[in-house]
Amino acid sequence: MELYKLTVHEAADLINKREVTSQQIVQSTLQQINEVDKDVKAFITLADERALEESRQLDASVADEEGLSVLAGIPFGVEDNICTEGVRTTCASKMLENFVPPYSATVVSRIAQQKGILMGKLNTDEFSMGLTTESSYFHETRNPWDLNRIAGGASAGAAAAVAADEVFYALATDTGGSLRRAAAFCGVVGLKPTYGMVSRYGVISSGSSMDQVGPVAKDVKDCAIVFQAIAGRDMADPMTAKAMTSNYVQALADDVNGLRIGLLRECFDQGVDKDVKDAVLNAVKSLEGLGAHVEEVSLPSIEHAPAAYCVILSAEASSNLGRYDGIKYGYRVERCQDLDELYKKTRTQGFGDEVKLRVMLGTYALSAGNYERYYLQALKIRTIIKNEFEKAFEKFDIIVLPTCPTTALRFGDKVDNALAIFLADKYTAPASIAGLPAITVPCGFDTKGLPIGMQFIGKAFDESTLFRAAFTFEQNTDYHIKRPAIDWR
Amino acid sequence: MKYEVVIGLEVHAELSTQSKAFCGCSTKFGAVPNTQCCPVCIGMPGVLPVINKKALEYTIKAGLALNCRIARYTKMDRKNYFYPDLPRACQISQYDVPVCQNGYLDIVVNGQTRRIGINRIHLEEDAGKLLHDQYADSTLVDLNRSGVPLIEIVTEPDLRSAEEAKVFLETLRSILRYIDVSDCKMEEGSLRCDVNISVRPEGQKEFGVRTEMKNLNSFRAVYRAIEYEANRQISILEEGGTVLRETRRWDDSAGKSFSMRAKEHAQDYRYFPEPDLPPIEIDDEWVEEIRKQIPELPAQKQRRYVEEFGLPEYDAGILTSSRDLADYFERCVKLYENPKTISNWLMGDFLRLVNEKNIEISDVPVTPENLVKLFKLIDSKVISGPIAKTVFEEMFDTGKDPEAIVEEKGLKQITDRDELVKVIKKVLAENPKSVEDYKNGKKKALGFLVGQTMKATKGKANPQLVNEILLEELEK
Repeated sequence: MELYKLTVHEAADLINKREVTSQQIVQSTLQQINEVDKDVKAFITLADERALEESRQLDASVADEEGLSVLAGIPFGVEDNICTEGVRTTCASKMLENFVPPYSATVVSRIAQQKGILMGKLNTDEFSMGLTTESSYFHETRNPWDLNRIAGGASAGAAAAVAADEVFYALATDTGGSLRRAAAFCGVVGLKPTYGMVSRYGVISSGSSMDQVGPVAKDVKDCAIVFQAIAGRDMADPMTAKAMTSNYVQALADDVNGLRIGLLRECFDQGVDKDVKDAVLNAVKSLEGLGAHVEEVSLPSIEHAPAAYCVILSAEASSNLGRYDGIKYGYRVERCQDLDELYKKTRTQGFGDEVKLRVMLGTYALSAGNYERYYLQALKIRTIIKNEFEKAFEKFDIIVLPTCPTTALRFGDKVDNALAIFLADKYTAPASIAGLPAITVPCGFDTKGLPIGMQFIGKAFDESTLFRAAFTFEQNTDYHIKRPAIDWR
Repeated sequence: MKYEVVIGLEVHAELSTQSKAFCGCSTKFGAVPNTQCCPVCIGMPGVLPVINKKALEYTIKAGLALNCRIARYTKMDRKNYFYPDLPRACQISQYDVPVCQNGYLDIVVNGQTRRIGINRIHLEEDAGKLLHDQYADSTLVDLNRSGVPLIEIVTEPDLRSAEEAKVFLETLRSILRYIDVSDCKMEEGSLRCDVNISVRPEGQKEFGVRTEMKNLNSFRAVYRAIEYEANRQISILEEGGTVLRETRRWDDSAGKSFSMRAKEHAQDYRYFPEPDLPPIEIDDEWVEEIRKQIPELPAQKQRRYVEEFGLPEYDAGILTSSRDLADYFERCVKLYENPKTISNWLMGDFLRLVNEKNIEISDVPVTPENLVKLFKLIDSKVISGPIAKTVFEEMFDTGKDPEAIVEEKGLKQITDRDELVKVIKKVLAENPKSVEDYKNGKKKALGFLVGQTMKATKGKANPQLVNEILLEELEK
């Protein structure tokens, strides 16, 4: 049996029945990584020895009758902007090339408590800023469906690793669409939780008011299982909500009867590939056939979401990245004449272009005189968009739209399509700046055979409804079962 | 032309919370460098601040004690700048919505009460410390202080002289200590002060151009720096020049200030709301709870001591200058009916020894019960006043009961008339010259003879009785 191909819930079942061991699963997964990662390049750091040791210990310590957590013994990967104690965490930057954190992010600790097996750290854009991993200091991650194409960005390593069966699931971050976009491009499931639902402690800050960690998984059930494990209040992150989390796995139901779905008009007009539009509309039609009510909804202000997102992200990031100054840890240029030179050279050499661009933009947006013109204005747009969503949610349970207007682009297309990529934020940034939960599920393929993602946006803290809609769609289709035809092997 | 000096202060007081403002590290002063820090206060990647509610409580408490309006909704902001002692390259502070606003503090200068406006008090975190002296070619960073909570108290430009500024600071310090929010030790840096100062011709409404003075490490330095800066500005104006808006550094040993940077080079701190901390709501109930914790403040206490105990204004002022001393006094007053005697002892030998031994009042081993016992020994003439001083010094050293000391050392007063007559006769016989002098009208000689008698009895003779007997004997 090709164990690495299983889902979390399938593998957990076998482990619990003692039909396979964690070691067997880890070994099988490592083999797959060896096989494919030289092409996919999802990993920055592989923790293979540690993973084998952990699985060995787990197998040895488990008594025959002991019930295990569903995540126990199952390999997962972590985007490299999430701290893992004792395992190098680089943020795909020269600045942190050798940084080994003495602590784990809360999300990682929570999985560790359930005895999940960390396989390693997954590629991302430098400080998660980018859409292609071309800004990674290490290498580009390639789309398992077509190695000449991007796997998204910044969370490309996470999505590609899951799509290529190199890990069973991954933890990744989503600030403006990173996780969702990559998941859509790679044909897997990805959830960006409500802001405040998942702890950000130990997650290297980019846009603090939007950063969230979510699961990238092979199917909706796995996604709910992982979300269940990481969600909930954390005293180390004051922005986590006091609200109790429900049991998301038990609540998965193949039932959308009466579910009110709003079809987001602004995201089906010009700019969307025909294949993408058709696939999503078809998917919505099938949900309608299963009993959902579908109606068009308009959120006119979301056309401003990319601009507002850009300003807020850059402003927050410019401040968050100030700490990389060569003084305490990370890259430092030696033999400088004075402090100013140390700062300037360290930051000039330690950061790549994309990061510098954001830092400059953000510094500009926060500077005296510009604060009101840009930052404050962006916050106002955020409020307007939030209000529009709130109003829409009086009438609808979820809002549906494509996750991206296109399928995965080729490497190098970036320059020509810079504006198109900026506009892609129109599809993912609205949920980010409004702090709302959004899930992407595979809903078809374009004529080139590349996966298409459908996105549901839900009410704040109502991940349950997102899961229900996504699960129902999945139960009645088979897009999620399709894996890249890995003939390039 | 006569000039008026206009002064506003920015006072930073470190809050005496057990743990730092945004993490659980200790705030204790003087630890080995970098032993009181964690990923949060050294700004490691991905860590997040969590506000210490106590720090907020102390800020509110200071605001209430300084008659401020307490915001019901406030937030923390980020102040961005690069410096090696600031590990995140941004300080968590407050920009446009401070916790406290619009307060005042009454000070008494030369018998006149002056009301000094408090513009705002806000909460922020302290930075670390740079150590330049260890190695010639490098600077070390100590982050023990990084993240220690601070309040910044900004006054209105209401102060008019160095003396007023000094009294303001003394009064402020006393209040902050009374309400137990800061230990205000300038030498440990837990109280720091920047001075904004300008001068204008008397009668002119508009303020002159101000300068900001930094590096003031004692109240004396504040006083001297203001005097110096006022004179410097006045000389410039009198010579027809203009004062530059700038930040200056006070060099206390040189007794001079030096220009640090012109205001046009002022940094843009790019303040924005701290995205890692939720906005703060302060409800009435909490404010009232904190208000209840505020003890009687020094000015009120001083007034009460004058009215209730009939003490002179001066005594009351000294006794209430520190809460510990006032508490000590009040414990004594409950046990002993003569407040003035207590006051005299406390202001005299008690404070003298506290200062000499450089200890805290709370560490004085003499209990109020024992001090009162000492008074009662004097009142019942068991010991004399001079002996009492010796006993007190021993009590101060050992914390022993005065009765035990008197017993042990045989210090009881000699009140036996016959015994004293014998001693005095001997003294007179040994000092014929003084007796002669006295009889010739040199009344001063009596004092000498009293002294000799006291010496002969090792100070134990009852002085009144000695006087009486001496006079009788000399008249014979």
